[in-house]
Amino acid sequence: MVRKKKFIEQSVYGTGPAEIQAQSHTLSILVDNEPGVLARVIGLFSGRGYNIESLTVAETDDVNNLSRVTVICSGTPMVIEQIKHQLDRLIPIHRVTDLTLEGAHVERELALVKVNSQGEKRIEALRTADVFRARVVDSTHESYVFEVTGSSAKVDAFIDLMRGLGMIDVSRTGVAAMSRGAKAI
Amino acid sequence: MTPAKPETATIQTISPAPKAKRMSGAQMVMEALAEQGVDTIYGSPCGAVLPIYDALHQQKKVKHVLVRHEQGAGHAAEGYARSTGKVGVCLVTSGPGATNTVTALTDALLDSIPMVCISGQVPTFLIGTDAFQEADTTGITRACTKHNYLVKNIADLPNIIHEAFHVARSGRPGPVLIDLPKDIQFAEGDYIQKDNAPIHFYQPRTEPDMDLIETAVEMIANAKRPVFYTGGGIINAGENASKALTKLVRDTGIPITSTLMGLGAYPASDKQWLGMLGMHGTYEANWAMHDCDVMICIGARFDDRVTGKLSAFSPHSKKIHIDIDPSSINKNVHVDLGIVADAGKACEALHQVWKARGFKLDKPAMQNWWKQIEAWRSVKCLSYKNSNDVIKPQYALEKLRDAIAKDGRDTFISTEVGQHQMWAAQFLPFDKPNRWLTSGGLGTMGYGLPAAIGAQMAHPDALCIDVAGEASILMNIQEMTTAVQYKLPIKIFILNNQWMGMVRQWQELLHGERYSQSYSESLPDFVKLAEAYGGVGLRARTPAELDDVIDQMMKTDKVTIVDVCVDQKENCFPMIPSGKAHNEMILSADPSQYDKKLV
Repeated sequence: MVRKKKFIEQSVYGTGPAEIQAQSHTLSILVDNEPGVLARVIGLFSGRGYNIESLTVAETDDVNNLSRVTVICSGTPMVIEQIKHQLDRLIPIHRVTDLTLEGAHVERELALVKVNSQGEKRIEALRTADVFRARVVDSTHESYVFEVTGSSAKVDAFIDLMRGLGMIDVSRTGVAAMSRGAKAI
Repeated sequence: MTPAKPETATIQTISPAPKAKRMSGAQMVMEALAEQGVDTIYGSPCGAVLPIYDALHQQKKVKHVLVRHEQGAGHAAEGYARSTGKVGVCLVTSGPGATNTVTALTDALLDSIPMVCISGQVPTFLIGTDAFQEADTTGITRACTKHNYLVKNIADLPNIIHEAFHVARSGRPGPVLIDLPKDIQFAEGDYIQKDNAPIHFYQPRTEPDMDLIETAVEMIANAKRPVFYTGGGIINAGENASKALTKLVRDTGIPITSTLMGLGAYPASDKQWLGMLGMHGTYEANWAMHDCDVMICIGARFDDRVTGKLSAFSPHSKKIHIDIDPSSINKNVHVDLGIVADAGKACEALHQVWKARGFKLDKPAMQNWWKQIEAWRSVKCLSYKNSNDVIKPQYALEKLRDAIAKDGRDTFISTEVGQHQMWAAQFLPFDKPNRWLTSGGLGTMGYGLPAAIGAQMAHPDALCIDVAGEASILMNIQEMTTAVQYKLPIKIFILNNQWMGMVRQWQELLHGERYSQSYSESLPDFVKLAEAYGGVGLRARTPAELDDVIDQMMKTDKVTIVDVCVDQKENCFPMIPSGKAHNEMILSADPSQYDKKLV
């Protein structure tokens, strides 16, 4: 403790800012679909010490060669503002939209869940999947692969239940998001 | 009724589009550089750039300066860019050539210097095979460039080069790297001229929002203790920005201070000038920042060396921040009014609104403010105790300043990094922009000599002086050979105290006088070193010798090292110590009063 205090007094950088409650924001980013663009986005987050909670990217407009990146990031309001400005500074980025600030939006995530079980557990897994409107996309005598779609919270809940029912593998897409209403980003 | 003319009578008069010139990738590089107005590039050849060097050899428009280390090429391009306002260009090979420029690229990124670096790369079919002299250059430089490109198709090359120049000089300037595989340099394709290249969607905003400018002017007009705080953004916005700023400051009568990077944007000889602010800034500048009620920040970025302790930074002021980079606004310090604009256009707009609306500042309040500033000035924070036996570094710089004034040539000063850099910023006056070349953001020792080479190449008749320390100069001393080869009469003014002075100062003040590794036990004889390189070496040991040595230095027509043996113990003051506020500076008059309990 004493050492820490001494460090703070000796450091030319002074003390860090007081802890402020971090918030989560969903950003939708339109980028040129070119090699290295994802590395630029990720590199910016790691290089500046920002937190990524979820990241999804795929080409969405093959005429104009654009991809859409959906990032959920967390930080203080000042950090969130910085993240948006820093992203906007990257040359291949066309537009950064903060869906959390823009108003209502929908967020969806897809997960594939592999369950390996027999007997009662196998039936229970199928029943639970039905409750969550998960579909069976692959089936063998010992296993199922379920496809579940919904909010991240719903996917989390489904995975939690499957854990006790012989779940051996999960693959999640990360969140795709879009604003509600008639406007595009 | 005349019959309609038969269709065959209409003759197509539209001339066909001019046929694109076919050429190799290497020739395209030279063609595009010339078209972009580049007259000098800095670099060093090796395997992966040989086709470009071959094309270079067969043309006359672009001059090449052969450096001795690629870091030198980068800094020379920076010096060229900073002293001319144009884009600096360096040309390096793959692998070690590219990695050697990483420091210079980072330096240019932090100081917002427009630069294009062309690096060779192994042929596209060898990329990823750990080929000889292969490095993932775009991967390595992604974080230290504004943007970078790996060219994989000859058809893209001309557009990429034009785009690189556009990106480097638009908005907040910065370094752009083009990684060019050798097979693309050999490949033939159609050259696309600058004016026919597609317009990139990257078009940063430069015009200020006039409503916000009106608000800013009203805030300024109601101020009782206003201060201007300007930075390198004014320099980057061009000479007219400095003129607009000077008009604005003079017509409002507000005091002005500037960051290290912004020196010269406002004439230092003017009475409204408070000197540099920040860690080694003047007493009056830092106190004015601390006590002001309205701060107008233009083209500066609230760096930690400027603000000191953030929570105590200018606690009672309303802050206006004008910057071309939206991410600079509200990054470190929360401001009351942020305006995204080119610094020059913003200064013009502020001045225009100020005049149009006939604003005047509160006269008694301003008189009080200036009275207060005069009181701070009277502390004479830059005073030092002179000596007859040993040369004080400040004294040496005062002598240099007088000699420069007497000389009358246009003068460009570059520096390395450390105590000498801060003293140069404090003691040398800059009345014009683009005359001060220093590594501010990154603090790169070894910057000064190659930067001076870039400046001297661009301004052959000017006086170019590298104010150096004996430790810094050794970090790129090999560029002496470059200076000799191109007959550049650069003066290297070494304030030699045999210590890494700034390190020693911190160890004295903050680490219980435990001088860990900061003393140079072995130094070259700088006079002989200069002579060995083919330059001129001079030495001053006592204050009495100094005048004569500086006199000789001014007359040399070759690169000259002046070894000024200065006081080994001198510290750079004023200083805002670790994590302290602007009003907690230590002055040279009372370093003994400094609270050593900290250590």
